[in-house]
Amino acid sequence: MSSKKIRVLVAKPGLDGHDRGAKVVARALRDAGMEVIYTGLRQTPEMIVRAAIDEAVDVIGLSILSGAHNAIFPRVMELLNAEGVDDILVVAGGIIPEDDVPMLKEVGIAEVFGPGTPLQEIVDFIQSNVKK
Amino acid sequence: MVEEKDVSESLKEWDEKVVGKTLERFPERKKEFATISGIPVKRLYSPVDTADIDYNRDVGFPGAYPFTRGVQPTMYRGRFWTMRQYSGFATAKETNERFKFLLEQGQTGLSVAFDLPTQIGYDSDHPLAQGEVGKVGVAIDSLADMEVLFDSIPLDKVSTSMTINAPASVLLAMYIVVAEKQGVPMEKLRGTVQNDILKEYAARGTYIFPPQPSMRLTTDIFRFCSEKMPLWNTISISGYHLREAGSTAVQEVAFTIADGIAYVESAIKSGLDVDAFASRLSFFFGSHSDFLEEIAKFRAARRLWARIMKERFNAKSDRSTRMRFHTQTAGCTLTAQQPDNNIVRVTMQALQAVLGGTQSLHTNSRDEALSLPTEDSVQIALRTQQIIAYESGVGDTIDPLAGSYYIEYLTNEIERLATEYIKKIDSMGGAPAAIEQGYIQKEIHAAAYAFQRAVDSGERVVVGVNKFTVKEEQSMEYLRVNPQIEREQVERLMALKQDRDGAKVEATLKALKQCAEGTENLMPYIIDAVKAYATLGEICDVLRSVFGEYKAPDIL
Amino acid sequence: MSVEKLVEGILSGKRRELARLISLIEDEDAIASEVLSRLYKNTGHAKIIGVTGPPGSGKSTLVTRITTEYRKREQSVGIICVDPSSPFSGGALLGDRIRMQEHSLDDEVFVRSMGTRGHLGGLSRATSDAVRAVDAFGKDVILVETVGAGQSEVEVIEIAHTVIVTDVPGSGDDIQAIKAGIMEIADIFVVNKSDLPGADKKVTEINAMLDTDQKMGTWRPPVILTNGRTGEGITELVDMIEEHFAYLASSGQLEARGLRRSREELEQLMEYKLTRELLSTLRGRPEYENAIREIALRREDPYTVAERLITEFLVKCRE
Repeated sequence: MSSKKIRVLVAKPGLDGHDRGAKVVARALRDAGMEVIYTGLRQTPEMIVRAAIDEAVDVIGLSILSGAHNAIFPRVMELLNAEGVDDILVVAGGIIPEDDVPMLKEVGIAEVFGPGTPLQEIVDFIQSNVKK
Repeated sequence: MVEEKDVSESLKEWDEKVVGKTLERFPERKKEFATISGIPVKRLYSPVDTADIDYNRDVGFPGAYPFTRGVQPTMYRGRFWTMRQYSGFATAKETNERFKFLLEQGQTGLSVAFDLPTQIGYDSDHPLAQGEVGKVGVAIDSLADMEVLFDSIPLDKVSTSMTINAPASVLLAMYIVVAEKQGVPMEKLRGTVQNDILKEYAARGTYIFPPQPSMRLTTDIFRFCSEKMPLWNTISISGYHLREAGSTAVQEVAFTIADGIAYVESAIKSGLDVDAFASRLSFFFGSHSDFLEEIAKFRAARRLWARIMKERFNAKSDRSTRMRFHTQTAGCTLTAQQPDNNIVRVTMQALQAVLGGTQSLHTNSRDEALSLPTEDSVQIALRTQQIIAYESGVGDTIDPLAGSYYIEYLTNEIERLATEYIKKIDSMGGAPAAIEQGYIQKEIHAAAYAFQRAVDSGERVVVGVNKFTVKEEQSMEYLRVNPQIEREQVERLMALKQDRDGAKVEATLKALKQCAEGTENLMPYIIDAVKAYATLGEICDVLRSVFGEYKAPDIL
Repeated sequence: MSVEKLVEGILSGKRRELARLISLIEDEDAIASEVLSRLYKNTGHAKIIGVTGPPGSGKSTLVTRITTEYRKREQSVGIICVDPSSPFSGGALLGDRIRMQEHSLDDEVFVRSMGTRGHLGGLSRATSDAVRAVDAFGKDVILVETVGAGQSEVEVIEIAHTVIVTDVPGSGDDIQAIKAGIMEIADIFVVNKSDLPGADKKVTEINAMLDTDQKMGTWRPPVILTNGRTGEGITELVDMIEEHFAYLASSGQLEARGLRRSREELEQLMEYKLTRELLSTLRGRPEYENAIREIALRREDPYTVAERLITEFLVKCRE
């Protein structure tokens, strides 16, 4: 039995406390056989990157509903780059206007999942894009 | 009226002879039907299902115990519900303009949304505030911002609801001082502070202090207002956020009322008489997509609360047993796909709330699954309420669905199931203990996950999302908060700190700290600090230094 | 990543390399043993503390508080939190970090969450290797947190010098759980959430149970009241951990324990490797599969076949 697992950090940066989406996705990933590390609310980009490194995750999932994504997501990517991390797949979800998506992809967010995305779509995306 | 026995016999006959034949030829859409709460739904309801109801005891009359049919004797024949759109964004100045626009459009009450740093007691220059200033509501750092927010809005004329919880005392103090400067005494002020910290721990997440000192802040407001602000609603005990987090209608009723019980107990423990404060408690529910279940939910909640206040807390006055509530259409039912469909959803949900007897209503805007609503969308949302009020005629008679076999049955069923939950929560030591043990959170998460699985599997249809989908480009305009405003807000804060009397700030904060360490009511001390232009962050920091900060349990 | 780079990185304090090694250990990658064998001589310095107890007994909070106390004492800390994997999907939800946010940016604290998975070499193997990696990395104190539920968790916790068993006031069933499984392994009992009613009663109950314990040696496990929320009792707890460690050293148990652990580990490793070696030569070969069929049909018996296969294997090894 091979025990290799995809490890995912599900993080809620910013100050909003709406973690329904993050937790539902966390459960779905667990049920798809992944190991999900959940950080809790009010995470700074520094905390997220530190946790991602210590936990040696393959994927970071960022969830935000407050509208602070344009300030916070690029900062997460910047810190990952500064640490020389290039093998972590970073995806995002929440209330993110479509106009903002190109910029977020530009800085390295692999995919942005809006409201109404089927859970299986997120699972499939991670399984086929994880960098290992 | 036919005898019940006759009905059950004829029902059996109908079932065997008429339905049986049809089913052979036309099977039903599903094997089993159920509400969102999982209550089984039968093909037909009849007097058999309402046989246990004693009209006087269980249904009664509007404006009278147990208030199943509504809290006022004339309901909407006297005055429509308060149309109250939650709004607030960017700076106090911009929000002030939006308020004036809404009042001109015929809105009858204000509802203030604060940005997240304000809700968590951080000033706009706090490191964690980065990117959040003015995003989901207005940024308020000090009395100076509050003065701008209500500039030339006569506070003796409007009622103002403030969605503020952990630092509710501070914002209430600011409101009192602004009114005072307008020449309006606090006993004339009408409005609500949400002030419901338990649901922050359970679902919404904008907490600051641990439960014990938080409950003290809450009851300090109860006491202060019972003495000085007779028209002010001291709390809005909120099921809305529990519902948004994924709970079912039954759970929403149960957990909200369990929270309510905890507040009442805490106030009584602090020495208040139940009849001195209970009439100023108010509630806040969501209106979700199961039309009839939602209507029954509102009726069940009212009856259950009335019974608990009377039987458990021995409230003497009927007014103490009356559940008055605000309703908001369910944000989580809005779809990003085909956003105009949301107008229809909101219409149905608003109608449910009205048929359920709400006291005030916020209708969501169609674009809220995408971002903050534009002025156009907000207008449609408000017009939706006005059409229901002025065109549909549903407000012309009270509680028009009462007596419907299904509605009365469902009202009973929701009350029964919610009572079971409350018993369970009581056995755990009440809502605060159940939250600390993660019980309420786990129940909500499990329901949220089950709901999402049902949508994903197609078992539950969401139009435009998992059925009747189209390829679409997102073409709607939406509101964007200029990132510039964060800098401006911080600059204003810096200027304020320069201009104010530093010694006075220090003195009032010191007095506040001493009060926090003791047991005196915090409100007067907070008002003094606010008057000296101490900032929200400074005041909350003083309280943090005494009370500590809450850490969430690791509940998944 | 090469063995060399991992070894160097870990010895020079690079957390990314440490994190990777732990992943390799969890994935049962062959490189992990190579790296660990290179690191072995740099281990043995850390004080290892196990924390176990029923769910809801505030273990994460306690671990966080103990960490704060050790940081005050200028000790660096590694934390390994083991949570059960789902038996259905093999996935896991690991939420211990939620409680540990106050240490999340401290360079002297390393936190790692592990799922129990279905480890071939046993959960204790993976965890003790992870602890060893953190030890080599140079942390002064390593805290291992597990749900005290089953035998495998008990094994995990046995790698610790000091085992803390947590419990909370109320619910009388807990004490049964403790009796049944993890009672014997406790060096220190903690009754957490001391502000709840019944805390003193719980302390009395545990003490009464200890009084009837026949097998107890010269260390009688103390029962300490703590409050994870306020931090009450934590200084006392950490003092007690230190005292226990000093007791182990002065009584010669530390040394004896080291020898015992080394023997167990060596023997386990040999057993594991030998079995793996043996099975890899056998599995899939027609005569092996045939022998299994013969046993099932009762034409052969497993005792004789096992004897024969092992003898053949050993003969082949000698050649």
